[in-house]
Amino acid sequence: MKVLLQTEGFDVAAEAAALLEERTDVGALVTFTGVCRGTEAGEPIAAITLEHYPEMAQAEISRHVAEAERRWPLLGVTVIHRYGRLEPGDNIVLVATAAARRQDAFAAAEFLMDYLKTRAPFWKREERPSGSAWVEAKETDDRAAARWSRRPSEAAE
Amino acid sequence: MKVLYFAWVRERIGKAQEEIEPPAGIATVGELMHWLAGRGEEYASAFANPRVIRAALDRTHVPPETRIGHASEIAFFPPMTGG
Repeated sequence: MKVLLQTEGFDVAAEAAALLEERTDVGALVTFTGVCRGTEAGEPIAAITLEHYPEMAQAEISRHVAEAERRWPLLGVTVIHRYGRLEPGDNIVLVATAAARRQDAFAAAEFLMDYLKTRAPFWKREERPSGSAWVEAKETDDRAAARWSRRPSEAAE
Repeated sequence: MKVLYFAWVRERIGKAQEEIEPPAGIATVGELMHWLAGRGEEYASAFANPRVIRAALDRTHVPPETRIGHASEIAFFPPMTGG
C-alpha cells in the first residue's frame, strides 16, 4: 500500500501507471479523485483549507487500507490526501485500487472513500463571499460508512 | 499527558495543544472532557455540546466511556470532514 499526506497536487495518471507497472495480474484498476468544487449551495467558494492531525491521519488511513486488503483480494492500493489551502479545481484526494476483477476494485475504492469521509482526521474550512466557516459533517456520509459494517447477508438485502 | 485540539475546538479554546495533569478520579475520556470544560469560558464554549465532540486516544478513535489508562496523547475535535 501507498498512503501519502501532502500539500502538493498529485498526478492521477502517474499513480495509476505505478500500480500497473510490471504486473500482468491486474485486470481492473479503479481511481477515484476528489476535487475541490467552486460552488456550494449556489454560493461561490473561493478556497478550502484542510486542517489535519498528521500522525493519526497516517495511522488511520493505513489501518483502513489494511482492512480493505483483508476484505478484498487487492493487488495494490494508493491513497493520497492533500491538506492546506486548496482552490476550486484542485484535486484533494486520490483512492486507487488494483485487483484481478472489477467488482473488488470498485467495492474497495468505495469502502475507502466512505471511511475517509467519516473517520480520517481532516477538517475543511470554506472561504465564501459571505465569510469563512467550518464545513459540517454530513449524515449521509455516516450512513454510507455504516453500511460496510453490516454482515454480507444483510448488506445484500 | 498531551492534549490536542482541532478545528473549531482549537479556535474556541485558543490553543492547538497543551500538557495537562488531570486530577485523580478522572478515569474516562468523557470525564476528562467534563473536567476540561470547567477550566474556563473558552473551554466551556468548546465543550458546550459534548455529544458533538469526538476523541482519539493515542491516535485511535474512542467513545467517551473509554478509560484513559496510560495513554500519553488525547485529541478532541468535531466530526471529521476529510475525503
